[in-house]
Amino acid sequence: MAAAAFATASRPLRAASTFFFRRQALAVYLLLVPPLLWFGTVYLGSLFALLAQSFYAIDEFTATVVPRLTLKTYAQLLTQPANLDIVLRTSEMAIAVTIAAAVVAFPIANYMARYARGRMKAFFYVAVMLPMWTSYLVKVYAWRLILAKEGILSWCLGALGLDGALAALLRAPGIGGPSLSSSYLGMFIVFVYMWLPYMILPVAAALERVPANLLSASADLGARPSQTFWRVMLPLAMPGVAAGSIFTFSLTLGDYIIPSVVGAPGYFIGMMVYQQQGTAGNIPLAAAFSVVPIVLIGIYLALARRAGAFDAL
Amino acid sequence: MTAAIEFHDVRRAFGTIVAVDGVSFAIEPGEFFSMLGPSGSGKTTCLRLIAGFELPDGGQVRLDGIDVSATPPYERNVNTVFQDYALFPHMSVLDNVTYGLRVRRVAAPECRRRGEEMLALVKLADAGARRPAQLSGGQKQRVALARALVNQPKVLLLDEPLGALDLKLREEMQLELRGLQRRLGITFVYVTHDQGEALSMSDRVVVFNRGRIEQLGSPQAIYAQPRTAFVAGFVGAANVIDGRYAVRGEHIGVAPAGSPAPEGAVRIEGTIVDTQYQGAVRRWQVRTDDDQLITATRPEGEANTLHREPGARVALSWARAHQIPLAAD
Repeated sequence: MAAAAFATASRPLRAASTFFFRRQALAVYLLLVPPLLWFGTVYLGSLFALLAQSFYAIDEFTATVVPRLTLKTYAQLLTQPANLDIVLRTSEMAIAVTIAAAVVAFPIANYMARYARGRMKAFFYVAVMLPMWTSYLVKVYAWRLILAKEGILSWCLGALGLDGALAALLRAPGIGGPSLSSSYLGMFIVFVYMWLPYMILPVAAALERVPANLLSASADLGARPSQTFWRVMLPLAMPGVAAGSIFTFSLTLGDYIIPSVVGAPGYFIGMMVYQQQGTAGNIPLAAAFSVVPIVLIGIYLALARRAGAFDAL
Repeated sequence: MTAAIEFHDVRRAFGTIVAVDGVSFAIEPGEFFSMLGPSGSGKTTCLRLIAGFELPDGGQVRLDGIDVSATPPYERNVNTVFQDYALFPHMSVLDNVTYGLRVRRVAAPECRRRGEEMLALVKLADAGARRPAQLSGGQKQRVALARALVNQPKVLLLDEPLGALDLKLREEMQLELRGLQRRLGITFVYVTHDQGEALSMSDRVVVFNRGRIEQLGSPQAIYAQPRTAFVAGFVGAANVIDGRYAVRGEHIGVAPAGSPAPEGAVRIEGTIVDTQYQGAVRRWQVRTDDDQLITATRPEGEANTLHREPGARVALSWARAHQIPLAAD
């Protein structure tokens, strides 16, 4: 029999394969259910539990959480100037870090996606991801030493005769401080360094998908390289820039280690969440603070969408 | 009159591969000029040299008498229709068409007027608001054409523009392109590997092989008087006999073995390898006794009376007048 010649697998296995081959939708759903259950309960479940906490409030006399729905905690978050300051400070840093990461990442991603070939390309991808495989804490503390008053960066700038420029920079209001390691400027440098790979990789992936022909066509139609960049290349890479900026934006909004190791003494959202749910024991306020990044990212995505960042998708 | 495009001993190499190897030719204004050859023959590189996407390593490219060997594409008055159309996916059809005007800062109402005029010219007046992804292959082709022509280029470059279309649409577009070229009087430079397309549309054809020009001439000259074995084989698949002359399949008669040769004809015997029905004609592939494979085509009406079974002995013959002497390679 001709059919028997193909019967290499065991009979029950073949029967099962045939069963699912004829019902492919069923197979897809069966594969989907376990991760969905895990994701749904563990991830979304705890997220919603957290959100629910933010609608409770703490009893000021007993310092216990009162499980009754109220907007008191949000009122506290939005009306107390100190809390608003934290939200603004963190948002400004996240925006500055995101813009800087995009500006630094684009030329690197462009080279990786459109010029590097073979070994050079592999080298670049590994080099970009390598810092992500190193301990986060080691990198933060290393940066603190690099940026310290007696650190290597000050020494290098001094050797180049640029210590005057550094001093002038550190005197600048808002970003300055006694040294780089205790200024917002230093914190900004560390944030940009930390999240740069998360910007480079999606931008490079987006640029890989931009056909070279489109850039040729733009030049052919009379566009100078700068016009081709703004009108064709950037709009087509925008989904990648948006994806990368969601990483850099949300990672900066949520981080509590970098602001506590490097930089000026002002609080950031992540530090506030850490402190409120730990030492202060104010879970509702911690939860309300955690909602801020979610809302900000939502607003950011809506603005990006309106600006046409996802038109090329 | 100054030539629209001139190549003087142009050379372009990619690493060790010489894509264009000392090529010289001139294209007259208003000409429909085709560059024909197999893939890797250098025809597309020549087109890219005219557009400015490649710059020559040696020699000179002139447009309208001016040396453009170091001029970037955005400063050349030529436009290209790309093989895969290269429409901007994030712009509407009208924005695609007016792109060249907008980057040159033409006023918005003027852009709109000329863009719509061009869309009407390529019979897509209603498609301006659509996205390229919503168009069929033939429609994308027309948008690409409108986007190039709106800039009123002196030269239009077409890189295998019909390659992705089905046969019927391709023939329609051939007629349309030829009509458009006559009406606008623009120089068309058309790259193709399809010899039928090159012969039917062009004023002149240049045949490329391995980075060099094999022959340049009118379609009639290329077909009737191929200069080299390569041209004879590539254009219309002529038989090359003993490497010295070419004979077209339609000029070769098929007769039973042993039948006498007609007056003044060359006669050669062999064995049928196979025959193929091709509609109007039938094709014989015959291996001769001195081991050459010769292809003969006869009208289907006549073919019914002849030997067709593989292995049968037949005599092939052709008039000496139909032998085209070839230059040595």
